[in-house]
Amino acid sequence: MNIALIVLLPLLGSVLPALMIRSGRNSCVASAAVPSFLAFSLLLTHVPAVFYFGTTPKVSWPWLASIGLHVEFWVDGLGLLFATLILGIGLLILIYARSYLAAEDPMGNFYCYLLIFQAAMVGIVLSDNVILLMMFWELTSLSSFLLIGFWSHLPAGRQGARMALTVTGGGGLALLAGVLLLGQVADTYRISEIITRRELIQSSEWYPTILMLILVGCFTKSAQFPFHFWLPRAMAAPTPVSAYLHSATMVKAGLFLLARLWPVLQNDHLWFYSVASIGLLTMLIGAIIALFQDDLKGLLAYSTISHLGLITMLLGFATPVAVSAAVFHIINHATFKAALFMNAGIVDHEAGTRDLKRLGGLMWLMPVTALIAMVAAFSMAGLPPLNGYLSKEMMLEEASHTKWMDSKQVIPTLVTIAAVFSVAYSFRYVFGVFAGRVRHDYPHHPHDPPPGLWWPPTLLIVFVIAIGLRPDIVAESLVKSVTAAVIQDQAPDIHLKLWHGWTPAVTMSGIAVGGGVVLCLMYLLLRKVWDILPRPDAKFLFDALVAALTRGCQLINDFVHNGSQQRYIFMTIATTIALAGWAFASYPWALGERPQNPITAPLIVGWILVIGSTMLVVINYRNRLYALIALGVVGLFSSIGFVYVSGIDLALTQVSVEVVTIILMLLTLYFLPKHSQPESLNWVRLRDACLGIAAGIGMGGMSWLMMTRNWSMESIQGYFLANAKSGGGGTNVVNVILVDFRGFDTFGEITVLGCAGLAIFAMLEGLFRGKLLSKLQCWKPDVVKTADRHPILMVVVTRVLLPMAILVGMFIFFRGHNLPGGGFIAALIVSVSLIMQYMASGFGWAANQIRFKYHGLIGGGVLVAAATGIGAMVGDRPFLTSWHDHWHPPKFMGIDFGDIEAASAMAFDLGVFLTVIGAVMLALAQFSKLGTLTADSRVNQTPMDCDPSRSFSSQHHSPKH
Amino acid sequence: MMQLAIYFCYLAVSLALLMNIWRLYIGPNVVDRVMAADTLVINSMVLLILYGIQTKTTLYFESALLLAMFSFISTVAYCRFLMRGDIVE
Repeated sequence: MNIALIVLLPLLGSVLPALMIRSGRNSCVASAAVPSFLAFSLLLTHVPAVFYFGTTPKVSWPWLASIGLHVEFWVDGLGLLFATLILGIGLLILIYARSYLAAEDPMGNFYCYLLIFQAAMVGIVLSDNVILLMMFWELTSLSSFLLIGFWSHLPAGRQGARMALTVTGGGGLALLAGVLLLGQVADTYRISEIITRRELIQSSEWYPTILMLILVGCFTKSAQFPFHFWLPRAMAAPTPVSAYLHSATMVKAGLFLLARLWPVLQNDHLWFYSVASIGLLTMLIGAIIALFQDDLKGLLAYSTISHLGLITMLLGFATPVAVSAAVFHIINHATFKAALFMNAGIVDHEAGTRDLKRLGGLMWLMPVTALIAMVAAFSMAGLPPLNGYLSKEMMLEEASHTKWMDSKQVIPTLVTIAAVFSVAYSFRYVFGVFAGRVRHDYPHHPHDPPPGLWWPPTLLIVFVIAIGLRPDIVAESLVKSVTAAVIQDQAPDIHLKLWHGWTPAVTMSGIAVGGGVVLCLMYLLLRKVWDILPRPDAKFLFDALVAALTRGCQLINDFVHNGSQQRYIFMTIATTIALAGWAFASYPWALGERPQNPITAPLIVGWILVIGSTMLVVINYRNRLYALIALGVVGLFSSIGFVYVSGIDLALTQVSVEVVTIILMLLTLYFLPKHSQPESLNWVRLRDACLGIAAGIGMGGMSWLMMTRNWSMESIQGYFLANAKSGGGGTNVVNVILVDFRGFDTFGEITVLGCAGLAIFAMLEGLFRGKLLSKLQCWKPDVVKTADRHPILMVVVTRVLLPMAILVGMFIFFRGHNLPGGGFIAALIVSVSLIMQYMASGFGWAANQIRFKYHGLIGGGVLVAAATGIGAMVGDRPFLTSWHDHWHPPKFMGIDFGDIEAASAMAFDLGVFLTVIGAVMLALAQFSKLGTLTADSRVNQTPMDCDPSRSFSSQHHSPKH
Repeated sequence: MMQLAIYFCYLAVSLALLMNIWRLYIGPNVVDRVMAADTLVINSMVLLILYGIQTKTTLYFESALLLAMFSFISTVAYCRFLMRGDIVE
């Protein structure tokens, strides 16, 4: 359990600094340091188990078994080493950052992101499940993005953060693919088991793909060529971030993964040539570019790239001794590079600039800083008796007897050249900043920094010197155990000492030092050559690539999504035709054998009517009223067709909805032009006609093919026909399905209908205020109006029709369960008769007569339906279980009522009824209100124009509102 | 005998429907088209009743009833639109 705590403590503790910053900067640092320190101590409790007894503690909790993701952690030598580096150096950085950050920097945020990063990094090294490792991997990319862009007001910070996230994120995607393939091939996602299955993985056909994908991921994270360009841009981060992430820990994550998967992925050909070559190339390129940097942090960034290349190359050599050299260099590089970055931060903080052209002679003003810098830089150069020398010696030794494509000279030569440049830039750093004469034009007055800034690097320097002087005591057993953990075998017999005898490595070191001194002396000449050479600028290329990709996406988007309805329909239909046509053409097809129904004359006439009226709509769509009339005819004959195939409920619904639609369209057509202009070109219309014809042929053909075959699946009608009466209590199967068998669906639908009505209301309410209202009030209609507003004939007829229509509606409602009808149709009948009153007597009068709000009807309807369902739950049944019964009432006054059936579905239908009335009336009433606000409207209070029951003189129209 | 009468009625109603749609297509102005649509609905009502008589069931009666009610309402709406523009004033 406490292994998981090591990861969780910094993660959970990351909120503390963000909160504690309110108590001041010291309490912020303390609250950040405490979880980190606790995690570190927990980690150290595992040291005896791992290093002295050789066991590897593990914990595991199941999480998502179906994708192989479990929360599994383990501690082995490699993980322990890396976790110690992360947590230990992290503590030093926490203290360093306290003194480094200015008063106006948001320190709470900084420590929060830093702790999240720390937790994610520790999660990577301690994770035992590759998918869990990927989660932490992406979390480090994300927290690194936040930390690089910490000074978000600087454009360099934002661009550097974006570039880092893009490159490492893209690498993470490749890595995820590689890791998933690895898990599939090895048949497990647990790392401790994967690394025991070398033959299985290497003999698989996926091995090269897995290797390449994992290498892409590791190389992007560890800034190897050609993915190295993001690291110098990331130097826009504050220096503590650069010291922690981009030298000691995050960039080592890629190397960690290479070391972790070394046992299964390494071999003599593919692994060696890819990893070692890239590592060597990176080492060389990084070292050469580092020499010519003017920015201190840029120089250190390129030197980090170079050293990472060195470690990669050593891992690529695929021999145990090389692995131990790599492990040793990881430890050493972390110590001296972090110290150097902190040193660069001190110089920046004190002298006010990081530019080598403006620095020099600081040794006399900042002696302590100069001492730290010299020790660390000489270790970076590889001078004895410091730890950098020891690991560089081991590397040179290994390189001197490694053959590359049968040549024994290539690798040693290139490595020596890289070493020459590394000595050169290290000397340039030290002597460029600290040697020479004191200048008079520093931006600030440099002096030695406060203790918070200089004793963390001093602690690291102590390690540098101690490992350098007595490596056999301090480091040898550690290196051996970690190497054993990496190669999953006995550790090789290595001895870390300063003098191994006169080996080729010593010669190469000597050449390196000599050559480095020469380069330093010739620096000005070399710099002139360098400035003349054309150099590709990575940021420029990256920005150009991103801009080109964005432009391409924008072009596609502007074509498909240009705001025109016709374009959207065109794209949809064209894509559907293409896909369906391709699917159709891939399989053989044949007509079915079901016999056709007989064709009679009325059917032909009906067909002509439907097709004819549709053609009329399509041809005359610009004459809008004509098109609306023809549309009504289409709807009418669709419902006649429904009656012919015995879908009577459907026919009734179709007719009612048709009328409501016509009324709605006429309400809005008042405000629109009655004739529209031709809107597209002739060839466009021809193209769209062909597309429509093709889609119609496809759809009709498919329906024909479906209808003429006997389906292999049974139709659902058998079950419903058999069970409607016994299960639902009614003989109208359609209605029983709607309110009983599929009652939950209907419940959802009336809720949606209610929401739609309310949405229409809300949207139209916006028209009744502000700029739109003033537009509406100035609007004058474009039709010539006749004189009679509310003719008395119409008023009387509709008034008489109202109770009759409501009677018909209730009749349809009550009989719906057994004969065609139901709540929906009844509701539409009642709402249409109500809107007739609006039409006959005007909005002003009718609105006054309605005593209940339509919103309440909608809500009430949904509540009634829900109550019916919940009533079933009260009786310990599932929601919406229906109940039906029938009883025989006694004879009353000689009348025999017969058998009366009752079903709870009627209450549900009542809910549907109320909701539909509410929604339809709300929409129609709101649309009608629009007409009352125009320029020439006068809202009336009387129901008809001239009321014979009142005297002539007392009639008046109320003034315009 | 009844069957013959029904077939004859079908023929007559079909002819009437075709003439209605012809008027819908030709009618020089909107009022003619509204009249054509209204007559169409009445003729289809008759068709439904005939179908009910032929299949000897009363199921289709309510459809015809509703058709009658709704056609009246839609014709009134068209006419108000032509006369006043704003159908609900």
